[in-house]
Amino acid sequence: MAKILDQPRYKCALAAMQTVQAIPGAIPILHSGPGCAAKLNDNNGTSGRYSPNIFPCTSISEKEVVFGGSNKLRSTIENALKVIDADLFVVLSGCTGEIIGDDIEEVAGNFANAEKPVIWAKTPGFKGNNYVGHDWILKSIFEQYLAEAEPEKEKGLVNLFVAPPQQDPYWLGNLREIESLLTAIGLKPNTIFGFGRGLDNLKKIPNAEFTILVSPWAGLESAKYLQSRFGIPLLQYPVLPIGASETTKFLRTVQDFTGIDKGLVERVIAEKEAEFYYYIERFADTLLETRILGKRFTVVSDSEYTIAVTKFLVNDMGLFPEKLFIVDDAPKAFQQKITDEVNNLNYGIKTEVQFTTDGHDIHEQIKDFDFAGTPLIIGSNWEKKLAAELGAHYVNVSYPMLEKLVINDHIAGYSGGLHLLEQIFTAAMSKLKL
Amino acid sequence: MPFNFSNANIAIRENRLGSITGFVGDLQTLVSKSEDGSLRNRERCFSQSSSCLSGCALNALAAIRNVAVVYHAPAGCTAMASNDAVKFGQIAARVNKTTNSVFVCTDLNEKDTVFGATKDLEKIIRHTYEAYKPDAIFVSTSCVSGVTGEDVDGVASDLDKELPIPVIPVHCEGFKSRIWASGFDISDHAVLQGIVQPPKQKRRTINIKNFYESARPQITKIFNEVFDAEPQFLYCNSTIEELSHLSEALATVCICGTLGTYLGNALEEKYGVPYVRTINHSGVTGFETWLRGIGDAIGKRAEVETYIEKQRAIYMPQIEEVTKQLKGLRAVIGMGPGFTYEIARVLQEFGMTVDYALAWHYDYKYDNGKVPPALEHLLANSPKDMKVAVADQQNYEVLNILNHYKPDVYFSRHPGTTVWAIKQGFAAVFVADEYTVFGYEGTLSFAKLIRDTVTNRSFEKNLAARIKLPYTKWWYEQNADKFIKEESKK
Repeated sequence: MAKILDQPRYKCALAAMQTVQAIPGAIPILHSGPGCAAKLNDNNGTSGRYSPNIFPCTSISEKEVVFGGSNKLRSTIENALKVIDADLFVVLSGCTGEIIGDDIEEVAGNFANAEKPVIWAKTPGFKGNNYVGHDWILKSIFEQYLAEAEPEKEKGLVNLFVAPPQQDPYWLGNLREIESLLTAIGLKPNTIFGFGRGLDNLKKIPNAEFTILVSPWAGLESAKYLQSRFGIPLLQYPVLPIGASETTKFLRTVQDFTGIDKGLVERVIAEKEAEFYYYIERFADTLLETRILGKRFTVVSDSEYTIAVTKFLVNDMGLFPEKLFIVDDAPKAFQQKITDEVNNLNYGIKTEVQFTTDGHDIHEQIKDFDFAGTPLIIGSNWEKKLAAELGAHYVNVSYPMLEKLVINDHIAGYSGGLHLLEQIFTAAMSKLKL
Repeated sequence: MPFNFSNANIAIRENRLGSITGFVGDLQTLVSKSEDGSLRNRERCFSQSSSCLSGCALNALAAIRNVAVVYHAPAGCTAMASNDAVKFGQIAARVNKTTNSVFVCTDLNEKDTVFGATKDLEKIIRHTYEAYKPDAIFVSTSCVSGVTGEDVDGVASDLDKELPIPVIPVHCEGFKSRIWASGFDISDHAVLQGIVQPPKQKRRTINIKNFYESARPQITKIFNEVFDAEPQFLYCNSTIEELSHLSEALATVCICGTLGTYLGNALEEKYGVPYVRTINHSGVTGFETWLRGIGDAIGKRAEVETYIEKQRAIYMPQIEEVTKQLKGLRAVIGMGPGFTYEIARVLQEFGMTVDYALAWHYDYKYDNGKVPPALEHLLANSPKDMKVAVADQQNYEVLNILNHYKPDVYFSRHPGTTVWAIKQGFAAVFVADEYTVFGYEGTLSFAKLIRDTVTNRSFEKNLAARIKLPYTKWWYEQNADKFIKEESKK
């Protein structure tokens, strides 16, 4: 059913073309209108080897709406293979192609013997947003690209997936940080996104001993697929670990799940925690003795960050959550679990959680909260104006992010917690520095 | 051409202006085929992602202060909402104003494509009105609501009667035109259909249609001092009340014929507001011609000449000094048609050579039935065999041409295009702002910008040496028009 989407904080399934774009060597071919990709490409960091100007596109026009677009798709794929120097072509369908009933599976199937692999995924915008589109695309890639051959298991190899590329502005920095944590405890993380990764790692996926998905719900279907097809045990860790408490918990959970050397894991934890608290101690006066940072905060973000930021601020920093807002259109089936997870906090601290896409209503509610001091609002660009109106401290961590640039920064892990603190206290200090 | 504002539908540019997206040839052929009406489109059998008309249409409407755009579409179509909110907020702040315009979406899903969602649409429009109390609501269709046949006109018409503000339907099915500039006309049509009132009294205002009004302070000063008139900038920072008076202006001017043709011609034909159709304000010749055109339209020619004389004395020696260093440089240009031919003219004024002028589309006539003035001017002042193409923002064609011609500098005007020339190792200037070359001062800065760009090539050389291009060797060996089919029959 149609519903009000006011202050959009997600895009449509086709926007998960950015998941393909994040795999070096892979390029999407769009069976969509000419402007879909340009519109969906509203994040920074997308002018890599293949930007949307390079994505082959059938540019569906009235003619295809009337007569069908399969022929246009065929010629587009055929010529894309000649013009574009890529190693994997992923055909994605947008709304119009799906409504008029073009069969992209059949058309892509005609290229089964092409020099480069051509695979497909249905991603019409009306079927879901880019969090689910991300999952569908990964599953399609796993189904169609991974070889049938018997996997050669590699000791310690762990497939790692975190957040949808680009939708999470910190996607790559966080992924690298979690990779480095896993490496530190003796595992060999296998990721497919970003510099130096790509198709070789993708091919290695079946060889992994485990898959770790750090996500409350997005990406679960594709990760489970790896479990069912290749028998790779899946650890779904629903909290993006930020700061000491949660990162330590994460590493212990990974140790428990994989059975790796407990002594090593505990040594790494001890050292990382000590380092984290070295900084906290040095800056404790700054953190504690500001006159204008209260104890209460709210988060308006996707499931991932609402859980992650809340855990960090409550369990590491001693703050309290006001009502929280989850804006990623998380499927009903996951909502209770997410609510329970957010409320699993120190000292039995609880808060209300609302799943909504009505940004205006969210802001009206926040205006009525009693923050008992200067409010702290963690959210997206949409919260900037609200924060200004309330005189609140404000940090943008999630999409849309328009007035802030993240290149390879991270807020996950021990050091990520410090980075998030830098941003919160920069906001506070820019208001009043005594 | 007759303008009909009783219906929300407007003919697309292909049908109204004979616009095309595919042509390869020379300037003389393009102009002569435009003049005798024999120009035909050449389609592509391979294309890369470009742009859609809804962005042009709805961005323009969302730029009006305190309005709502309700987009009857899946979530992704509204991706521009956050960008618009930030951008138009910043532009309003420049004139110490705020805007509460909003862009909401009906987030259409699969069920809606089967069972329809007009009832929900109605509810969401009402909710939007209650939540924001906007001065007008524009209700737009999308590819999905267009194909499934949602009766958006009906819903808008009912609510227009019921709510105390105009509720105006807008038709933005992205598939209906290859010419995204059709979106400019769609927004103008919505404003003319639902907002503009017949004139009651003449006002000393001049409508100026532009994008992001960066030269607002300069233009306001010139219009005040030379024309004794106030500029009415469109559509950023305008209000519904101001727009209702567009028919009472002394004249309409525009920064680009592509952007202004529908509004300008419609206001002239319907309400007798003269539309100033000259080459645009870019460069010295352009600026002077533009000012004289306005002066002639409103009886202020003598004042224009006085102004020009004073300004020339200050700036011409400086401009001549800087452009000495640009003589002989070779350029390739890839922009919308409203700017390609204007910037080509400016570069020629600087003594540069334009090796190739690519326009993303081409309107062979404007809404008054005439060939675009910039083209005629260019033909009179350029080598007849100057290479021109209509390239539909096809990056692979642009890079092929750059590789072949190896210019000293590439000029572009659309996000995400400059970077590709740079990756291929060419210096590139992003002429993003429509006022980059505005007047004498802008011309001087532009000349300096080109000088600096071609002098320090570190960035492009560093980057190009370390990256892999996205195209095959095979493609660089082909002609740029390899995938452009023969002329269509009609």
